[in-house]
Amino acid sequence: MIPQRTMYNWLDERLGWDALIAPLRKKTVPLHRLSYWYFLGGITLFLFVIQVLTGILLILYYRPGANEAFESVQYIMTQVQFGWLIRSIHSWSANLMIFTAFAHMFSVLFLKAYRKPRELTWVTGVILLFLVMGFGFSGYLLPWNTLAFFATKVGTEITGQVPVIGKPVMIFLRGGEEVSGATLTRFFGFHVAVLPGLATLLILLHLLLVQRVGISVPPKLEMEWDANPAAKREMKFFPNFMLRELMAWYVALGVLGALAAVFPWNLGVKADPFVPAPAGIKPEWYFLFMFQTLKLIPPKVWLIDGEVLGILAFGLIGLLWLLLPFFESDQPSSTKRWITGVAVFALAYGAAMSVYGYFAQ
Amino acid sequence: MGISRSNIRLLGRARLLLPAGLLLLSASLGCGQTTNSCLDCHSALPDPLGVSQEKFSQDIHAQRGLTCASCHGGDPTSDDADKAMSRKAGWKGKIDRKQIPQLCGSCHSDPAYMRQFNPSLRTDQLSQYTTSVHGKRFAAGDGKVAVCTDCHSVHDLRPPSDSRSTVNPVNVANTCSHCHADVGYMSAYKIPTNQFAEYSKSVHHDALMVRGDLSAPTCTTCHGNHGAAPPGVDKVQNVCSNCHTFQAQMYEKSSHKEAFQAVSLPGCVVCHGNHGISHPTEAKLGTGPDAVCMQCHTPGDACDQARAGLQRALGQLDEAIKSADQVLSVAESSGMDVSEARLGQDQARDSLTKARVTIHSFRTDLVDQDIQAGLKIAAKNLQAGKKAMAERNYRRVGLGISLGAIALVLVGLRLYIKQIES
Repeated sequence: MIPQRTMYNWLDERLGWDALIAPLRKKTVPLHRLSYWYFLGGITLFLFVIQVLTGILLILYYRPGANEAFESVQYIMTQVQFGWLIRSIHSWSANLMIFTAFAHMFSVLFLKAYRKPRELTWVTGVILLFLVMGFGFSGYLLPWNTLAFFATKVGTEITGQVPVIGKPVMIFLRGGEEVSGATLTRFFGFHVAVLPGLATLLILLHLLLVQRVGISVPPKLEMEWDANPAAKREMKFFPNFMLRELMAWYVALGVLGALAAVFPWNLGVKADPFVPAPAGIKPEWYFLFMFQTLKLIPPKVWLIDGEVLGILAFGLIGLLWLLLPFFESDQPSSTKRWITGVAVFALAYGAAMSVYGYFAQ
Repeated sequence: MGISRSNIRLLGRARLLLPAGLLLLSASLGCGQTTNSCLDCHSALPDPLGVSQEKFSQDIHAQRGLTCASCHGGDPTSDDADKAMSRKAGWKGKIDRKQIPQLCGSCHSDPAYMRQFNPSLRTDQLSQYTTSVHGKRFAAGDGKVAVCTDCHSVHDLRPPSDSRSTVNPVNVANTCSHCHADVGYMSAYKIPTNQFAEYSKSVHHDALMVRGDLSAPTCTTCHGNHGAAPPGVDKVQNVCSNCHTFQAQMYEKSSHKEAFQAVSLPGCVVCHGNHGISHPTEAKLGTGPDAVCMQCHTPGDACDQARAGLQRALGQLDEAIKSADQVLSVAESSGMDVSEARLGQDQARDSLTKARVTIHSFRTDLVDQDIQAGLKIAAKNLQAGKKAMAERNYRRVGLGISLGAIALVLVGLRLYIKQIES
């Protein structure tokens, strides 16, 4: 018997390996002209794994603390062998992951893949997107540079505007009244312990749900295939789809490597809490649409503070977004067109506001 | 003027209702304000008798509770113009120009009185004024020279710290130029009138007005304010040395000091000029139109050779800094971290500045020490830039190889998929 087979049998006897991977063997992926959108979830997962691996390597040298953080990242970028590559990949991968997570969400929306019985898959996915944005917000501060410092100051200030709970939440996030070294160590804790733990659990749940309920097809195609099962086309998940997914991962790896080598992530200037904020301070691109909206709301709307109203509106929209599948019809024949309309509007609004926010003074 | 007392009285009565109402309102609100009925009429009069409420409210004296009567006398509490402006009530009318310095000095030279408003305010302005060229000529009966109100303005007099004040550092040159740049007005004094035009092109004006450095010199910094006078030929370096300390120290020990004194040359301004001081460049050491050394020295002599050596050495360091800057900029725009070398460039620039200061010792050995120190730092920074560029190229080669490997894997995967699906 060949050694691989012996090893396989040894594991199977102890873990019931065969039974465990049996569903994967049977798993199929629907094949149609929009199947390539199915790669986005896998690419996001791949980028998450890259984040975990490069993050672990960065922790070996990173020192959280107002007096050490910037210098330790500078050390990583200039002295540690391939430190620049690891940090640049970590930063670029973070941004690409957020982008692919958004793209994955909108592809699910437009393909109406959130419909019954996949409501919980959608809910876990949206929560994961919020967590990924939390990763971005907490990680942005860690190099302790001027832009990150003031962006965090503005970001946490906005949190503080929420009625009743805002102020305590802001103090909890900052570790005090002001953004300081205490905020940095706190954000480091969120970034490397709390958020990864929650995200890992939710990713497992998300994947389990995808495995349990299978991959969705667009409503029109679903009706066609239900009416004529012979027309149904599928691809085996393993190895056919997996190999294609692997190709997508390699492409993502190439893009990451190119970005890191040609545009290494800038470190900026060390944060100084005593200097005035630089003019035109802005958050990262994925928060820009919210930031710009809050800037455009008048200071007072009726008797309510404009910023508070904006924050409450975004909170409500976030909650409704999470519950979106529960407004959808159960039947593929009667899906709600207005949900697609809302998705188109959200995408157009988010993109337009982000571009406006980027160029606005 | 065509405005009689009765007209003023009528105007005053016609406008009585509004100020009276405002007075009542302010009194009822507890806004204790000194009664100043003069403005009831004078705010409606044309110049030169007119003083608007708005204008006078900007005046530091009004803000500290003084009224028109504080200078002009009279009874500002009376609504009757005849009573308010009666000689019996001490009314002085228009202040005679000859009385202005003494009138201002009656308060401003009284330390006990001024202490209540601003204990740190000087009270020697009048005594200083009497020592100034303005004060001396004034005492001799020249009514055209500046008195207090010419520079400080009147009725809307602001403290010097107010950027709108005529004596705020940013406005001083303009204030002086009202007379000193007026060819007709100054013709009797036979002094140049191009000082303001010259100053406006100078490095000092640039520092003050463009860079906003309020410590940069304006007219009063070198000439004094209340005691304004031109510095004597032998005192020029004392004026400049107030700011340019190191240059002055070097010059004091140099051979040029004695040489200049021997022929009554006024120190610093021989090479740098006075009002129109331009940014000094290496060209001053050259032989071109901006050259200064060769105005006195003979071509080919030992000093000319030393001058050429100094110019060459400064140019060499300047070039070395620029070369390092260029390489570091390219490396930086390629995303390489060269912050340490950038910081080092500041040190190299400091060495160049120091060498330029040391020029005032007129000793090549001392200048060379600074030049060599700067060249060493610039060379190190250039090396750091080149190393960063080599690292950038290494990364790009690595990227090319990695992308090639990824492309090969992709082709392999594609072929394998094709094979298992065929």
